[in-house]
Amino acid sequence: MKEMIQKSFERTRLRREIWEKSMVVVLFLCAIFVLFILFNILWHLIVQGISSLNLDFFTHLPKAVGESGGGMANAIVGTFVLLILAVCVGVPMGLGAGIYLSEFAHQGFAQTVRFMTDVMNGIPSIVFGIFAYTICVMPMKTFSAISGGLALGLMMIPMITRTSEQFIKMVPNQLREAGLALGIPQWRVILDIVLPTAIGGIMTGIMVALARVAGETAPLLFTAFGNRYYAHSLTQPIAALPLQVFDYAISPFDDWHRQAWAGAVVLIGMVFLINIWAQYFVASRNRWMSGK
Amino acid sequence: MSRQDTSDIIFRRVLAVFPISILILVAGIFFQLVWTSIPSIQKFGLGFLFHSTWDPVSENFGALPFIFGTCVTSFVALLLAVPIGVGVAIYLAEYAPVKVARVISLLVDLLAAIPSVIYGLWGIFVLVPFMYKDLQPFLGKYFGFLPFFQGPNYGVGFLAASIMLSIIILPFIISVSREVILAVPSVYKESAYALGSTRWEAISNIVLSHGRVGILGAVILALGRAIGEVMAVTMIIGNNVKISASLFSPGYTLASVIANEFAEADTTLYLSALIEIALVLFLVSIVVNILARILIWSVTGGNSKEGIK
Amino acid sequence: MNLKGSIKVNSLNFYYGAHHALKNISIIVEPGQIVAMIGPSGCGKSTLLRLFNRMNDLIPSSRVEGEILIDGVNIYDKNMDVVSLRRRVGMVFQKSTPFPKSIYDNIAYGLKIVGIKDRRILAETVERSLKRAALWDEVKDHLGKSAMSLSGGQQQRLCIARAIAVSPEIILMDEPCSALDPIATARIEELMGTLKDEYTIVIVTHNMQQAARVSDKTAFLMHGQIIEFTKTTDFFTKPSNKITEDYITGRFG
Repeated sequence: MKEMIQKSFERTRLRREIWEKSMVVVLFLCAIFVLFILFNILWHLIVQGISSLNLDFFTHLPKAVGESGGGMANAIVGTFVLLILAVCVGVPMGLGAGIYLSEFAHQGFAQTVRFMTDVMNGIPSIVFGIFAYTICVMPMKTFSAISGGLALGLMMIPMITRTSEQFIKMVPNQLREAGLALGIPQWRVILDIVLPTAIGGIMTGIMVALARVAGETAPLLFTAFGNRYYAHSLTQPIAALPLQVFDYAISPFDDWHRQAWAGAVVLIGMVFLINIWAQYFVASRNRWMSGK
Repeated sequence: MSRQDTSDIIFRRVLAVFPISILILVAGIFFQLVWTSIPSIQKFGLGFLFHSTWDPVSENFGALPFIFGTCVTSFVALLLAVPIGVGVAIYLAEYAPVKVARVISLLVDLLAAIPSVIYGLWGIFVLVPFMYKDLQPFLGKYFGFLPFFQGPNYGVGFLAASIMLSIIILPFIISVSREVILAVPSVYKESAYALGSTRWEAISNIVLSHGRVGILGAVILALGRAIGEVMAVTMIIGNNVKISASLFSPGYTLASVIANEFAEADTTLYLSALIEIALVLFLVSIVVNILARILIWSVTGGNSKEGIK
Repeated sequence: MNLKGSIKVNSLNFYYGAHHALKNISIIVEPGQIVAMIGPSGCGKSTLLRLFNRMNDLIPSSRVEGEILIDGVNIYDKNMDVVSLRRRVGMVFQKSTPFPKSIYDNIAYGLKIVGIKDRRILAETVERSLKRAALWDEVKDHLGKSAMSLSGGQQQRLCIARAIAVSPEIILMDEPCSALDPIATARIEELMGTLKDEYTIVIVTHNMQQAARVSDKTAFLMHGQIIEFTKTTDFFTKPSNKITEDYITGRFG
């Protein structure tokens, strides 16, 4: 028996070693492939985008069809307006639900809400756009910044709920007990002690959610709709950077294609910056917690 | 445990408004979608899902081509992304030096943060020309005997959209699978080594079979993302109402038909048919999510605090 | 029978980064012996055990000096095939590690990976190994059931059967009973007694009674050094070293 196993071992050893070595190569190539895709995208963004980027892009409105030049100032402003509106919708809802889930919720109800936030997180972005269309655009009979902000804000809710719940739960219980022992009512303990302790993490969660919706296009298609000028009120259609990139990308004009690449660079720069900023909150909180 | 004075009770009640509104919101999205798609539901009934005609002029609507498109593109995308994604995850978790793994993970996160409209832009100007000039002629030449790789080559189409989707879900599959693999206690791997396994045998036979439920959960969540992806697909799938065996054929998905036609929907019935598609998308995404949750909870549910508390 | 499975450790030093974990270790284990390694936790006994089948290769920034000869061959030689070594030097861990497969497939795994496909041979080996590990009678009617469904003690015997199935020369056991109840422990100890006519066994344990019950020789380690290595009967009755005496009489540790 022993000899048979040894023989079989020796017979197959080389084959197994070749298999082992080739899998290392295959797995490595998989990783290289993914990196290649990433760098290919970034390379095109840099080459095509940065060369089309200039000061006008940030300060000028789009030119009429056929005229070259112009910029996306309206879209940049529009994106900021939409994000502010989204924060107004998403942050109170998400944070409120997060606090409730971490501090009060009991078994069944909390599980149901958690489950629903997970489900909500998985709803395709365009469904939020349609929903905002049916409850906002249809009654108002106009595309508007409000409806766009609403769609983005709704998308932020589940993300903020779950991250803020997590970070609030991480606050040590002694802090709560210490507060309660001083005779402070629970709600004051939560607002004055628990939340300030968790604020770094909560802010990070909000920023990450913001970065995710900042690049969303689909929910804005039938809500914010887009606008070639500045919107003068929140009840008007408003431009947004991702929308404008989309419109220009599928247009037949070379000059607009260049603008689309430039817009993409600005958009991705914005998304990355918000993400980096988000990490800063965690870092500064850690510094503060460790007393430096 | 807690003091119950009046201010606390009020605070708690006020705060309870938020989670309750999340429940109402999800239900509200559902009812709103049902409500606004009633004209279409009344006219076409269940047949809506099984009819392949989509004719805005005669107002005859069936969603089958879009369901077909979503199924085909998601399936092919998973077919491409799962082996590569799990491969990268294995490489990062088991083979790459720690520093290399950290850098690559960071870059993978970067890939995940790219907005889908930028993927679409890249798709139009880089991927589609590549499909048109290189990949599809190649596939047609050497694999043309398969029905999937026949017919005219436009560049845009199911295959381009599938590849795009696979790239979009890759970072997701990589990061979740990596976590799942890292979560398998190393003593199982050592047990396999102690029997004379090579590294690859230990990983493929033991580590992966330990993590298979978690990875399956990741795959299903990725499927959810692929089904719901709008912009990148809309920009390169060719937007054509067609059921075709050929992956070269331009087509539509559920999400992309909404994105592309919603603004032109000028009649109530047309609009409500598109909203009914959104309803289908909503229901499918919920089913997919529930499936994935059940899988993930079945792994972590027993011993994770999250599951008990 | 001509037994193989001797271990000879020659002035071995082992480092984790800057930490000098094992200092100048030299021991000889004869084929067919059971050697117990005891000592306070962190003394390096598990580390030493894991060097015998190069399990510590997995830890980055670790370094070995000196040599370990198994059947006269230095296993830290550059040309050593680790996979081959590990097939000959099996290991049973503190935590039982049933693979998420059937009982049958758990035992057959080690044979299948070396390309043995003959169902008759596999079935025979599974039966022989399970009998050898005194598990056969309990599982013979449901070999297709998941190995995860067995009790803790059964799982550990399954792991021993799995190790035996590939016909190793040496079996390393890293506190194999520490997670088991006294009855399951007794069964495994009994099992070790019957296995030693075919295998060399090195067992790490924190349980001195266990070492006294099962082993032929006992090594006592502290701070990465061998304090005493001698016949078990002598070790516990007339230790030559004051530290050993203090340890076995429970003055510390």
